[in-house]
Amino acid sequence: MKNYFSTRWGIIGVGALIGLLAALLQKMGNPPNMGICVACFERDIAGALGLHRAEVVQYMRPEIMGFVLGSLVAALLARDFRPRTGSAPVIRFALGFFAMIGALIFLGCPWRALLRLAGGDWNAIFGLLGLAGGVFIGTLFLKGGYNLGPARKAPKFVGLAMPLIMAGLLVLAFMNPPVAGEGKSGVLFYSLSGPGSMYAPLFIALAIGLLVGGLAQRSRFCTMGALRDLILFKQIHLFSGLIALVAVAFLANLAFGQFKPGFEGQPVAHSMGIWNFMGMVLAGLAFVLAGGCPGRQLFLSGEGDGDAAIFVVGMIVGAAFAHNFAMASSPAGIGANGITGLVIGLVVCLGIGFFGMRKQA
Amino acid sequence: MTEILDERGLSCPQPVLDTLKTLPSVQGGKLSVLVDTEAARENVARAAESKGWQLASVDEKDGDYTLHLVKKS
Repeated sequence: MKNYFSTRWGIIGVGALIGLLAALLQKMGNPPNMGICVACFERDIAGALGLHRAEVVQYMRPEIMGFVLGSLVAALLARDFRPRTGSAPVIRFALGFFAMIGALIFLGCPWRALLRLAGGDWNAIFGLLGLAGGVFIGTLFLKGGYNLGPARKAPKFVGLAMPLIMAGLLVLAFMNPPVAGEGKSGVLFYSLSGPGSMYAPLFIALAIGLLVGGLAQRSRFCTMGALRDLILFKQIHLFSGLIALVAVAFLANLAFGQFKPGFEGQPVAHSMGIWNFMGMVLAGLAFVLAGGCPGRQLFLSGEGDGDAAIFVVGMIVGAAFAHNFAMASSPAGIGANGITGLVIGLVVCLGIGFFGMRKQA
Repeated sequence: MTEILDERGLSCPQPVLDTLKTLPSVQGGKLSVLVDTEAARENVARAAESKGWQLASVDEKDGDYTLHLVKKS
């Protein structure tokens, strides 16, 4: 059976739709230039669970659960659900952890970098250049023979672990709905101000998450892969989806009055160019070494990839550390320990890249 | 004898990298690549097609795919 979603027009259509839906989510309540942000939303989930106590970023974002569950459904329908694991899980945890440290220095994952650009936040240009730089460094390791070894087929329940965790988080969100004026509802923490207090209605966010998850699973949409394939193979397949996302998000932002060009005073962003750049160098390098951007890791975990699931867990734990250890940036600029985290992250990721290079047969 | 490349278990871009590395040295214009995800199957076929090769046929067995690539004359 031909998979139309993974053709050139398929990937362009999916990118365009993600751009439109992200702008819509923002219009319906998500934070500015953050219609969808995998890193930010996983960070908010870590906050909702009380893993960190940064009071402005606590919300159980249903988009994330939608991504994983939508991918699961699409994979099952297309008979593409393949439980597998065992490709250096602990290394993938570390890569997820430091990918998050880097992303929270910039304040966004690659998806949000694109959406920030489409919203007129020119600081995103430094982030995207950094992302390309990090991806470039990663491709050098790939050319040098870097890989984390093969995964093995696993029993079904192993592949279902991450979707079940996400379903559990969704149950928690349903059972502990936000209470007006309260920072806590049952076991979950909520934000009374800041980005964590801004969200689209739960069912709409979940529905859009499911749709995007399904489409992205079928089309293999990946922002890191877009840059990697361009650099490594001069191939523009995935990159065309990325361009479509920015173009449509830009037009939708114009239509919704959400386009505000400039460097200063951009929402949930800072204007320290060098750290916007360096944060994404770290994140980009970690994504290449792990084989996918944060969004792609969610979709892979939905189709049964246990190693991608560990990367996701690493990101959520990384978000908790980023805030607890003052490594995350804020609109005021880089966190007190942000540079320390960045340097440690670069050393660890370069080390993983170096030691992961295998002698060619 | 057709050369066989076993890329099962490896995540992208490894199967694509290895295929592209192997293609120029293939004798007889035929190469078979074993993969075990649909993404790898699509990516390997797409990459081979960009290098003047063609996906002649695919065998599926127990969730593994064998891609039979032939060089276009």
